[in-house]
Amino acid sequence: MRHNMLVRATHWINFLSFLALAVSGVAILIAHPRFYWGEAGYFDTPAAFELPLRVNLDQTGWGRDLHFLGAWIAVINGLIYVAWGLVSRHFRFTEYNSLQRFAYLSVPFGLLPVTILTGITMSPAITAAYPVLFTIFGGRQSARTIHFFAADLLVLFLLAHVIMAIRAGVVSNMMGMPARQQ
Amino acid sequence: MISRRQLLASIPAAGSVLLTACKDSLPPTFGSLFDASNTLTFASHRLLLRNQPLVREFTRDKITKNFPAINETNPKSERYQQLLAGGFAEWRLPIAGLVSRPTELSLANLKSFPSRTQVTQHNCEQGWSAIAEWTGVPLGRVLQEAGMLPQARYVVFHTVDGWWDSLDMFDALHPQTLLAYGMNGVDLPVAHGAPVRLRVERQLGYKSLKFLSRIDITNRLDEVEDGTGAVGAAYGYSWYAGI
Repeated sequence: MRHNMLVRATHWINFLSFLALAVSGVAILIAHPRFYWGEAGYFDTPAAFELPLRVNLDQTGWGRDLHFLGAWIAVINGLIYVAWGLVSRHFRFTEYNSLQRFAYLSVPFGLLPVTILTGITMSPAITAAYPVLFTIFGGRQSARTIHFFAADLLVLFLLAHVIMAIRAGVVSNMMGMPARQQ
Repeated sequence: MISRRQLLASIPAAGSVLLTACKDSLPPTFGSLFDASNTLTFASHRLLLRNQPLVREFTRDKITKNFPAINETNPKSERYQQLLAGGFAEWRLPIAGLVSRPTELSLANLKSFPSRTQVTQHNCEQGWSAIAEWTGVPLGRVLQEAGMLPQARYVVFHTVDGWWDSLDMFDALHPQTLLAYGMNGVDLPVAHGAPVRLRVERQLGYKSLKFLSRIDITNRLDEVEDGTGAVGAAYGYSWYAGI
């Protein structure tokens, strides 16, 4: 059985926007690959940790533009998928084991909300309207650090997801994205 | 009664009227896919900020030491060095364009306005952030004094080192948008844009220009400089930086 057109379309749009977010995230990151905890953090303050990356200040312009384009597409695409899923009662997990179920539920209900909320906690505009975001995450730099780890976990999930899909033998008809393992 | 053909023919005309009306309230950068998403961000922020909330202000003990000074930290131009040597007594800030009383403000003029002091977080586009206290005049107060005309829509800022940028009135008239002449209780240091810099607290740091030299009030940005709204556009930085 194959998924219908809408599920396949939203799946691959999601994949492309995820790719755009990952690439542009790295472009933004390399301008300042130091991480802090709390409100403020800069060159003279001690870093919580620092990544051994060569600093490049010239990639943030397109990086931010692509990041927000990817984010808007991912959010709108995700809303379409969820709305359709609720209406058509698409969300059934009976064919998954408990580990798979945990992984596939922790992404939409854990990692994605945390990534989105920590992302907008870095916005000086949105936090003016919702300063509670600073309270939730412990400051702008804490939010940036959590955003980095949540994004890393999403990349790991993607890799695991691809490996599992390959091992389940769906490579040959991957473009069709089967609904369940035959 | 109008025919279906007439009705269909009128759609493009109505569309162009609508587009023109919308276009007037959108930021100056649009046309590409990136600009479409930046415009979506801009529009949604305007909705969220419709009541003009203030950004968080901190107590003085949260001020961070050695606030980073990046980009230009001491303009080399002869004119600037002369002004600096004279303690900025000769410095003037022309306010021109769509105002009924064009003026040239000295540092003493600016300091004679009611001042505002705020301890806020500076959010650099590179990813770091630092907290400082800023003292200055709300820009809106200065624009009011200059007699800003009703058709005014944008404020264009120029700096002694040739940088320029602009704000629309939504951000220009925000109470925390300052022409700042003081930092952490002392005169604004040279490295941070002496004698006067801009503070735009709800956007990334690159909108808060240092070393201000001129302010122009206008109703359209496409005729200012290269028409992109900000010098940063040439470096790929979006005009609206509320992110």
